[in-house]
Amino acid sequence: MLDATTNRDAPPVILEVSGLNKVYQASNGPVEALRSVDLTVRKGEFICLLGASGCGKSTLLRIIAGFEEATQGSVGVYGCEVRGPGPDRGMVFQDYALFPWLTVRQNIGFGPSHRRVASQEVDKLTDRFMAMVGLTAFADRYPHQLSGGMKQRVAIARVLANDADILLMDEPFGALDALTRAALQEELIEIWRTTKLTVIFVTHSVEEAVLLADRVVVMSSSPGRIDQDVEIELPRPRDVASVEFNRLRRSITQQLTSHVGGGRKVAATADS
Amino acid sequence: MSFESTVAGPAMTAPPTKKPAALARGSAHRANGLWPRLRTIALALVVPVSLLVLWDLMVRWTGTRLIPSPFGVAVMMWDFAFGGIYDDAYSGSLPIHFWKSVQRVYGGFILAALLGIPLGLMLGRIPLLRAMLDPMLSLLRPIPVTAWLPLSMIFFGLGPKSAVFLVFLGAFYPILLNTVFGVKSVDARLFEAAGMLGCSGPQLFRSVVLPAALPSIFNGLRLGASFAWILIVVGEMTGVPEGLGAVIMDGRTLSRTDLVITGMIIIGITGFLSDRILVMLSNYFLRWSPQHHA
Repeated sequence: MLDATTNRDAPPVILEVSGLNKVYQASNGPVEALRSVDLTVRKGEFICLLGASGCGKSTLLRIIAGFEEATQGSVGVYGCEVRGPGPDRGMVFQDYALFPWLTVRQNIGFGPSHRRVASQEVDKLTDRFMAMVGLTAFADRYPHQLSGGMKQRVAIARVLANDADILLMDEPFGALDALTRAALQEELIEIWRTTKLTVIFVTHSVEEAVLLADRVVVMSSSPGRIDQDVEIELPRPRDVASVEFNRLRRSITQQLTSHVGGGRKVAATADS
Repeated sequence: MSFESTVAGPAMTAPPTKKPAALARGSAHRANGLWPRLRTIALALVVPVSLLVLWDLMVRWTGTRLIPSPFGVAVMMWDFAFGGIYDDAYSGSLPIHFWKSVQRVYGGFILAALLGIPLGLMLGRIPLLRAMLDPMLSLLRPIPVTAWLPLSMIFFGLGPKSAVFLVFLGAFYPILLNTVFGVKSVDARLFEAAGMLGCSGPQLFRSVVLPAALPSIFNGLRLGASFAWILIVVGEMTGVPEGLGAVIMDGRTLSRTDLVITGMIIIGITGFLSDRILVMLSNYFLRWSPQHHA
């Protein structure tokens, strides 16, 4: 487990979530989605929020993004309280949420061009990030002409071009086939290494979490809370077939299953 | 609730040729040659040509003098357009009537679009405005445009202004309601995406709301334009001397059915062509959205 205070040359804290509660008012009474969630993320870390459906991991991510308000508690980025969505926190959605009326190039340039960046600068930025995700040849395509994997690359490049500090990803590869997902996981790690971004990645796949993350934050449901914070110290690139990888994967899976009804195999492992 | 209720309409505006055209497009993808195009046109012509033949046969069979034969109408159309046959008050007068009507139709229509689209964008996004205006608009909407005729003649006098006002009223609601519907059905994710990219406030209208609602807005414009052509006849009942609607009213008074049918056919063709222009514009602006291509 990460002990931030003792580590003297650790990078600065970029995100601080403290005492977060979230209660929804449903028709049959209040539903507690999150209870006293605390999370500290350091600059450059790759965090995976892992849990079964309904454990509140997406809610937590959406509160960090500023799309939803917490009932109690606070979210701070570099010590500044989050009061809504902002360009410092870029979101990659599972369903891409590209602007269908804009081309690949225009989608990637959307953020900068709304910040009154000179159009030549915008072009340079989009060229750079289009190349980074390998879509230069598709610059003038519309989203409906792209495959799922390509759409998600555009969505990632769009956030990168906007110069976000934190990349929030909500089951971004959940809708992709296994081969595309593997390719994008690899690309994401490469992008993370070169840009030194901070990534918070929501997934329900144990394998994906262990493959990608520095830290896997295991969540459990009703109410949604953080159960365990596991540091993954496997060297990169990680080998999914190695003994250590599978040992970690098994222990996290057990941790998850123990909460979802005594030893039954959970949805979380079904696709990993 | 009241906003969605008139939105189901767009399909009705589809011109009669739409179905064969859509059917043929599938094969056009494979062949993409002259034959599929010819086939489209031939299929579209089957029904109108049969109707013409039936009309002619029925006129001959019944021997009626109340309705002219298709040939009689064709002669009238020629005379109306170029003159030289009957040499009466209507010979060669098509351009002036046509031009007057087009001015009024597009005057009213453009006015309706200029008011309806921005108001619709705001009504769709601003709940306060919706709470203030929706009940009022819903109350006014069921009143038939024809019922406004006496009042519009008091407001605007006998003449073209009245006609433009009625056309405006008729085109305004479909444009407004479809715009509101389009704005309300914008995927909430897109607002989130815009928000996290730093686009907010008034920028949202231009960068997200307007383009996302554009398919619905074009539906509204097509509906509105067809209503505008429907209402021009009513509008030109208000005692204007020129215009296609006025010609039809004159034809009725003079018992000149050939003139009435000529006016009807010209309005039909013009309305159809003006819809085609809107479809071309829509195809251009919605080129990002294959399912909105007509």
